[in-house]
Amino acid sequence: MISGIGCSSRIPAYTNCYGFHGVHGRSLALAAGLKVTRPDLTVVVASGDGDGYSIGGNHFIHACRRNIDMTYVVMDNHIYGMTKGQPSPTTEPEFDTALSPGGTGLRPFHPLVVALASGANFIARCFSGEFNQTADILVEAIEHPGFSFVEILSPCVTFRPDEKEWKNMVHPAPVGATDDPAKAARRIMTDDGFNLGVLYRGKRQPYRPEFGAQVADPCELEKEFEL
Amino acid sequence: MSKRPPAPKVASLADLFALAWQIEADAVERYRLLADQMETHNNPELVKVFRDLARAEGIHADEIRRLAGDIDVVAHASRIGGCKGDGPEEADLSAAHYLMTPWHALQMALVGEKRALEFFTGIVETTKDAKIRQMAAEFVEEEAEHVNLVHRLLRKYRPPAESWAEDPDPPNPLE
Repeated sequence: MISGIGCSSRIPAYTNCYGFHGVHGRSLALAAGLKVTRPDLTVVVASGDGDGYSIGGNHFIHACRRNIDMTYVVMDNHIYGMTKGQPSPTTEPEFDTALSPGGTGLRPFHPLVVALASGANFIARCFSGEFNQTADILVEAIEHPGFSFVEILSPCVTFRPDEKEWKNMVHPAPVGATDDPAKAARRIMTDDGFNLGVLYRGKRQPYRPEFGAQVADPCELEKEFEL
Repeated sequence: MSKRPPAPKVASLADLFALAWQIEADAVERYRLLADQMETHNNPELVKVFRDLARAEGIHADEIRRLAGDIDVVAHASRIGGCKGDGPEEADLSAAHYLMTPWHALQMALVGEKRALEFFTGIVETTKDAKIRQMAAEFVEEEAEHVNLVHRLLRKYRPPAESWAEDPDPPNPLE
């Protein structure tokens, strides 16, 4: 379990597995390095909407493009909660607070569309209040080959009490997952942001770089860098 | 809720286009009737919602005629009878209330769109004809998009208070 920085990224401390609490926005870079060198490991990456889409936005795009076999879980609460409520890339434009007077006026980032367009091989949306479905989808995401992206709508009841209403707004996606990116794009682009379920199950081959013989003694590595 | 009759048999692409067109045309008619009812009850907000829904369904009906190409879907629909009067997308007139809100109207529309989605999904799952399956799958995508659209519209309206139907001075019909 690898994470960046933020409320979501404290999760390695709460899970019973090997964890790495990384630096802000760089969880995917760490995870990609780990997975290509240790393909035998199951790698799950945890992030939030600030860590994952703003500071780590570029890593997100390229992780989807590379399609390394790992699972990226983003707990999206549409706010920077840990730093007291600044707007994040997924905050609604009309979010009007002392920290964003008059609202941001900015179009929110659409992570699922970005993931699909960039090449993610599995895309799903869950709600933290629907924990059984979320658990099932996480299992499926981990088992699916390639880069799996799971957005979990996770209300921040401290700085976004309005998000308590999400439990009444979520609903199952009207149709099951597709393996056709064009169909998936159409469905994701037209939805209201509250469709739950697996939305895309792609068939791309994961990226698995070939390495030479394993180096038994780390000192031998020095030879590779001799001038 | 009354049990719906089994879906009409779809033996050809012409049948499928005719049924799809009939479903949209019936929905247009129902939404117009509901808009007229709301006009009588002086509920202008609902008049606008139902007229908008009728317009949207009319656009879908026209799109189906365009997709059908040379097939005269209107004539074919009247020949095969289809599901006239009990189409999956038809709003339930008996569920209308003179104090209903746009939220209620959109819930009615959502039920209709979901039924249409189930209808075409049923055809995809049961037909043995590859061309019919392919076209019905297109209609499934269309209807899924309509369900998404209604969900998006619903985000503008909060569910009304439980007392929404209370009227201290209700209308007193003379007939």
